[in-house]
Amino acid sequence: MSILIFTIILLIGAYFAGLLGSLTGLGGGVVIIPLLTLVFHVDIRYAIGAALLASIATSSGAATAYVKEGITNIRLGMFLEIATTIGAVIGALIAVYTPTNTIAMLFGGILIFSAAMTLRKKNQEASHEGSKLASFLKLNNSYPTKDGEVSYKIKNVGAGFSIMTLAGIISGLLGIGSGALKVLAMDATMRIPFKVSTTTSNFMIGVTAAASAVVYLQRGYMDPGLAFPVILGVLGGAFTGSKLLTKMNPKALRIIFCVAISFVAIEMIYNGYNHKF
Amino acid sequence: MKKILSKAYWADRDVEKLVGLQLRYGVIISSLMVLLGGAFYLFGYGRMSVPDYTRFIGEGPGYTSLKGIFTGVANLQVKEFIQLGVLFLIATPIFRIAFSLFAFVLEKDKLYIGITLLVLCVIFFSMFGGLKV
Repeated sequence: MSILIFTIILLIGAYFAGLLGSLTGLGGGVVIIPLLTLVFHVDIRYAIGAALLASIATSSGAATAYVKEGITNIRLGMFLEIATTIGAVIGALIAVYTPTNTIAMLFGGILIFSAAMTLRKKNQEASHEGSKLASFLKLNNSYPTKDGEVSYKIKNVGAGFSIMTLAGIISGLLGIGSGALKVLAMDATMRIPFKVSTTTSNFMIGVTAAASAVVYLQRGYMDPGLAFPVILGVLGGAFTGSKLLTKMNPKALRIIFCVAISFVAIEMIYNGYNHKF
Repeated sequence: MKKILSKAYWADRDVEKLVGLQLRYGVIISSLMVLLGGAFYLFGYGRMSVPDYTRFIGEGPGYTSLKGIFTGVANLQVKEFIQLGVLFLIATPIFRIAFSLFAFVLEKDKLYIGITLLVLCVIFFSMFGGLKV
């Protein structure tokens, strides 16, 4: 196959990965890894490098709108970024000593977990009880809704911080944004309203990915021939996805996609188990 | 210049909006660089057969170090130009942290100046800490 044909096919594939990632809420980076490894038979290390770039691009591109609307809690994001960046560096370090088959199986597991997380019931309510630590760190805030500003308070800061460290490690190890774990930490543990936790998680993904991306770039995981179609394709797909989301409620689609993604995840685990990576 | 450094100038503008804009322009500029480099890459290498991505060899120093990337760009190498766009993309969220630091300095929020510096330190450590192994 010539480079031209390969690039065009990959560009189209990355576009759909970005679209799927956006519609399901999983993120573009997560879908690009199975696409590259299972369809194009690219070594998982190159796939991780490309996926990190896709995560940075989609997260930074989408963050713009939410920051402007004032939904993103910037202080909360910055505080938790201590945990995710330290985790990301640890993850990138462990990655060298982890066999690629183990990484593929772990990735499959996280993918199923993430798909399940997008389908669960979300915490819509703003909590009015906060912890002392949360007020010391000035994490309590408010966000705009249809019925005006709603203020919320935050608790279990320590537990949230710990889950964020784990999310960072997973992110550094697998090259994904691990948005599902970030949302779990904020939504289920710290009791932050869903809209704030998803946008703040998205805001943090870029920084977390950048922390491990600088290590992976130096390690030679990032190939310009793959980076070019992946970045542009995923960005284009994510952009289309965000436009589509304002027009329709993709609840049924989301379930179908999440089931499909779970099958892909099982294939990743199966192939990893049979040492095909 | 004096105007830009004064506090009143920034207080009028919402720093959060600037952070959002900076992220947007970072992504737009880096994808344009990647697109430009990519177009020339296809023009120059398009007919060659696909490199063997099934085996991991790792990229050479031309694509993995600042010096290598800049030398390549200076010599008009297209792949290094794509890699420069990649570098710019990775730098976008890091610049965002620097921007937030600036905002917290203006707000004189000592706690968050410390927290932001800590995050920057972690990232600089991963950049220059020799972690590539």
